[in-house]
Parts: sequence; structure tokens; C-alpha cells
Amino acid sequence: MAEDILHEVTQADYKYGFTTDIETDIIPIGLNEDVVRLISAKKNEPDWLLEYRLKAYRHWTTMKMPEWAQLKIPEINYQNISYYAAPRKNAPKNLDEVDPELLNTFNKLGIPLEEQMALSGIAVDAVMDSVSVKTTFKETLAEKGIIFCSFSEAVEHHPDLVRKYMGSVVPHTDNFYAALNTAVFSDGSFVYIPKGVRCPMELSTYFRINAINTGQFERTLIIADEDSYVSYLEGCTAPMRDENQLHAAIVEIVVQKNAEVKYSTVQNWYPGDKEGKGGVYNFVTKRGLCKGDNSKLSWTQVETGSAITWKYPSCILQGDNSSAEFYSVAVTNHHQQADTGTKMIHLGKNTSSHILSKGISAGVSNNSYRGLVRVAANAENARNFSQCDSLLLGDKCGAHTFPYMEVNNDSAIVEHEATTSKINEDQIFYCNQRGISTEDAVGLIVNGYAKEVINQLPMEFAVEAQKLLQITLEGSVG
Amino acid sequence: MNTTNNNQSQAQTSPLLGRTGEPLLTIKNLHANVNGKEILKGLDLTVRQGEIHAIMGPNGAGKSTLASVLTGNPAFEVTHGSVTFYGKDLLELSPEQRANEGIFLSFQYPVEIPGVSMVNFMRTAINEQRKYRGLDQISATDFLRLMREKKELVEMDNKLANRSVNEGFSGGEKKRNEIFQMAMLDPSLSILDETDSGLDIDALRIVANGVNKLKRPDNASIVITHYQRLLDYIIPDFVHVLYDGKIVKSGTKDLAFELEERGYDWIKQEVEETR
Repeated sequence: MAEDILHEVTQADYKYGFTTDIETDIIPIGLNEDVVRLISAKKNEPDWLLEYRLKAYRHWTTMKMPEWAQLKIPEINYQNISYYAAPRKNAPKNLDEVDPELLNTFNKLGIPLEEQMALSGIAVDAVMDSVSVKTTFKETLAEKGIIFCSFSEAVEHHPDLVRKYMGSVVPHTDNFYAALNTAVFSDGSFVYIPKGVRCPMELSTYFRINAINTGQFERTLIIADEDSYVSYLEGCTAPMRDENQLHAAIVEIVVQKNAEVKYSTVQNWYPGDKEGKGGVYNFVTKRGLCKGDNSKLSWTQVETGSAITWKYPSCILQGDNSSAEFYSVAVTNHHQQADTGTKMIHLGKNTSSHILSKGISAGVSNNSYRGLVRVAANAENARNFSQCDSLLLGDKCGAHTFPYMEVNNDSAIVEHEATTSKINEDQIFYCNQRGISTEDAVGLIVNGYAKEVINQLPMEFAVEAQKLLQITLEGSVG
Repeated sequence: MNTTNNNQSQAQTSPLLGRTGEPLLTIKNLHANVNGKEILKGLDLTVRQGEIHAIMGPNGAGKSTLASVLTGNPAFEVTHGSVTFYGKDLLELSPEQRANEGIFLSFQYPVEIPGVSMVNFMRTAINEQRKYRGLDQISATDFLRLMREKKELVEMDNKLANRSVNEGFSGGEKKRNEIFQMAMLDPSLSILDETDSGLDIDALRIVANGVNKLKRPDNASIVITHYQRLLDYIIPDFVHVLYDGKIVKSGTKDLAFELEERGYDWIKQEVEETR
């Protein structure tokens, strides 16, 4: 009995005593070498990493924001941003203080109450539940030798792996945002799948709450060693509000001989309001290297959020017989702008790539597909098939397709197909006549259109993604 | 010929003769436009439970417009008149409300919806109808049983049901699919718009059998057709001739035979003479 009480008391003390000092953890706005040093110091990073960050920072100062995309990007003052995950200001205390519109969306997506609170930024003990899930999960992975941890933990515990592979696929010189990320990245995820191991579960589904605060300058590194397999899920279907307007993430994937990686993303950052105010700028560099022979990489993305999306998950097909896939649904509504696509760089022999892009534009938004297929001179028998479809809802939105092909080997077969269609009033009336409302009809038609991509997603993600497409396009027709 | 005229005059002078069912649909002095042009010019029609009405008439008379107006197609504008369905003002209702009230249209040209499976489409439609009527969603087992049962009615194979809505269906398959959906949704008023067009004789038989099996004392059908042929299979209680936006002649099945034999010119002539 006494023990019970003691237990209760200590638990309670622990519960309330567990306050952090993140309030004091604020770095002043602006970016210079001292800020880079400070970030590195706060994370107790080794010297090599600090040097790498500084090198990236110095390179970044020589670069300009890319201007080739079909995007109107307001001027960004990079000296007016705080580069270290600032604690949330004015976090709501309970669900009553959260924007009802946001709650409405949560409910439509069927997100459990505990997660709703966490996603709204409410400090809850309920998150403890997911921590225990996380622990069992980690044990299962550890048995197989799989490393799955935050980037910071990886730097601490597996510095050799990080040092070997970080920047090997996306060098710090790659582009403006990649340089910026390398200089100031906050945290992210690290995955290592050892030789011959098939990861027994989809990675990261259990972590959607925990990933919230690493958003701004995220860095992900996935290494699939020989003969391994992993399916990795990133993102969250729930609308994510964030005070940080600028997001510049890097994802690097290394796929060794006979290994396979599936990477799925559902991105639903705050897109701004109906008038186009606010919203996240999402400038992401994602790239995978099919390094070994017979390696395989598959990107699947469902992009519904952000005010501006600049994102081209790409594959370098270095190993012979390696193959890559890119499946994408990008939805823009209201004033959203998306310029997204992929790059398939064929270097090895008998490499193949498949691109399937489905753009959906509504409101006064602009949606562009930009894709590069490059076949190097030595890449014998390269094969690519690209299909880029655009669906327009309404007559004030835009859809654009920018396919680039550079073929330097005569044995290559490269095909590109593109279609543009408008959602059909007859289709909507047909659904109406069967008792289905216009809103639901648009959802059905759009999901039918995007089906081939949605089918690539893991089951539970796919169901949420379907609902998300419909919610994103609410009120856009009729 | 004489009998035809007798029946016809009976139907006109004594509209209640032989009609025992409750009025389902009452159309009074209906006027409707499409693209600013008046197509329906004062149409009257009463349909009671248990009845099958055939609407015939030359091209451009307004037959398909009637189907579109009754189901609430937004391309058509009602300028005058009233339509009540079970005593409710139908014109006040949205297309999906009308559908969920129990009005079904078998489309002349069923549209294709790529990527949406028939199973998904039908389950959505049924659940919308159930929601409208305050019922719970249909269980997966009940739904699949219903699908199986109704598929047999129109001799539809499993493959068809698993394909996308009408995508790549032949003309006959599309029409069978319409009757299949009709069977699934069990409407109280079904409107068949030129369901016989483009059907070979076997498909016509299958479609007509489906419609006949669905007939009950508490439901009704409006069969819009160009040719008498379909009426060999679906026996109407009443035949109406629609000409220039109005019903100008009503009778029994024999009127259809007469039209088949004599064409529409004599009707046109009669109409012109009475003007």
C-alpha cells in the first residue's frame, strides 16, 4: 500500500517536475558563422561536423536563390530568421483554444484525440503512450541490427557512418537550399539497414507526433546496405501549422547492391489562407543514389500542403541494372504554387526509371511538373517511361509541364506522355444523380485520377491520403 | 384503330380510370430552357405507384430535357410550373437530394469515371442514400451480397463490377451497368432515357428483363424511347407523345404501335390543326 502511494507520488512529481529549459534556448535572428558555431555547440557536435557546416555556410554566402522555377517567391530576408528550433510561442493550452477549422479537419481525417492535441502544440502527457510504443519498436529493430534514430543521436553514436555518407548524395554545394540546410540543419532522422536485413515494419509511422519539432531544417540520411529492404514514411496527413515559414530539408538515400528502398511522403504543411496569406515555403532537396548493382529506389509523394513547393526527389542510377520509380500527386488550391518533379540520372548499364506524375490544380493555383531524364554516354540500354498528367478544376488555375531529356547513348529508350484534362461537369452530375454530393464526387473523381500513385502508398497512409485529397479540394468546384 | 382511339380518349377524359396507386410524381405546366432556348413548353404528367409510362416523340421534342429537368441537371433552367414528388416540391431539391429521395436516371450516355471502381462508386452511393434516410452505413458483407444478387439480374460478370465506372465498357455493357445501379439503389421512380439506343437484341432483352423484375406495386418508371421496339419487352401502362415541349397525346400501348406504323407526322398535323 505504502509502495503504491509512494509510486503515485513519485510519478506525479516526475510528471510535473519534468520541465525543460527550452524557453532559454533561443538564438537571435540572423545568420553568420557564429550562429553556425552556436548551433553546432548546442548539439555538442564533433569538430568535423562543425567544419562541414562552416564550409557549407561559406559556400552558401556565394550563392543565389534559384530563379528558374515556375514560382513567384516573395523576397526572403535570410537575416530575419531564427536558425535554431525556437520554442513555440503562445501554444494553446487545450483543444478549446485551437482553431476550430483545424479541429474540423482533424476529425475528418479521423485523427485520434491525443494526436490532435499533440499536433496542435498542446503539451500532453498522453504522448507518453507513443513513447512506450517507440521503445518496444526500437527493441525489435535493434535485434536486427537496424539503426533508426534522430540525426543528432546518429552523430553521437554512429559518427563513422554519418561522416561516410552525409553529403555523399547531396553535396553542400548542390544548390542554395542544400547549402543552407547543411550549414544550419536542426535535426532529422537516420536509418541504417545492415546487410541482408529486411526491415520488418514501415519505418516512422509510429513517430508522427515525435517528428513535429524537427521540421524547419530537417536532415534525413538513409543507408540500405547490400541485400536489404526498407520502407520509410515521412510526413503527416494532419495539417501542420508552423511558425517557421521557411523549410529547407535534405533527404539523402544510399542504396547498395541488391537493396531496395521505398520512400513515401505525405506533405501537408500549412498552405496559407484562402487569400494566400501565410503558409510554408517548402524548398526540399531529396535524392537517392542507387549505388550498387540491382539496387532499387522508389519515391512516392502526395503533396497537398505548403504555399510554395520546390521539390524534385531524384535518383542517380549508378549501379548496373538498378531501377528507380517516382510516383507523385501534387495538389494545389487557392493561391498555392508547386514546382515539383524528379530527376533520373542514368549512369549504369541496363538501368530503368519510371515516372508517374499527377498534378491537380484548383482555385487560382499554379502546378508545374519539372522532370529531367539524363542518360550518360556509358549507360547502355537505359530505359525511361514518363507519364505526366494534369487535372484542372476550374478555369483560373494553371498546369505546366517541363520535361527535359538529355540522352547521350543511342541504345536508350526514353518515352514521355503527357495529358491535361479538366474535371468534367457530366461526371459530377452523374455522381449527383446517384446521390453523391458535388464535394464527394470531386473527391471520388480526383482519387480515381490519382489512384495509381495512392496505390503505391502503404495501406494506412493511403486511406488518409485519399481523405486528404478530398479535404484539400473542398469548395473548389460548383 | 378504333380501340386505340377509345382507350386513348378514356385515358384523357378519365385519368383515374384503372389507376389505383398513390400519385408519385405530378408535373404541372412545366416550362424549361437550355441555353436560353425554351424546350419544355407547358408539360403536364401524373405518374402513380405501380405504373410504367412510355414517353415517345420525334427528335428534339424535349424527351431527354424532361429527364434532365426531373433529375436537376444544372444545365437546364425551369422557368415556370411545378413538379411534386410524394408531395414534396422537387424543384427545390438538389440533384443528389432528388436521387436520395428515390429518383433514378438511367443515362442515355453514361459517363466514364477513370480510376473509380464500380464497387467503390456503388458503396458510396448506397451509403449516401442510407445517410440521407437516417440509416447506418451498409456492412461490407451486406454490400457484397447485394452486389452479387443484383449483378445476376442484369447478367453482369464479376469483371465488370471490378472495373472503373463505365471505363472501356461497350455500349451494351454501359446500359446494363445503368440497370445494375438502378437495382442496387432501388428507386421509387426510375427514368430510362433511350435505354434501348445502341443495344443489340440480346442486350435489349437483358436490360428489359432487369427492369421488369424490378417492377413493384409501389414504384414506377418513365421510359423514354424513340422506337416501339423496347415496349415489346417493357409493357407500358400509358404511352405519351411529346411534341414541341408538351404532351400532345396519351394512350395505351396500342398508341405506340400506331406511332410505329404511321410515324409522327399525323400527330404534328393534329397539333398544328388545333392551334
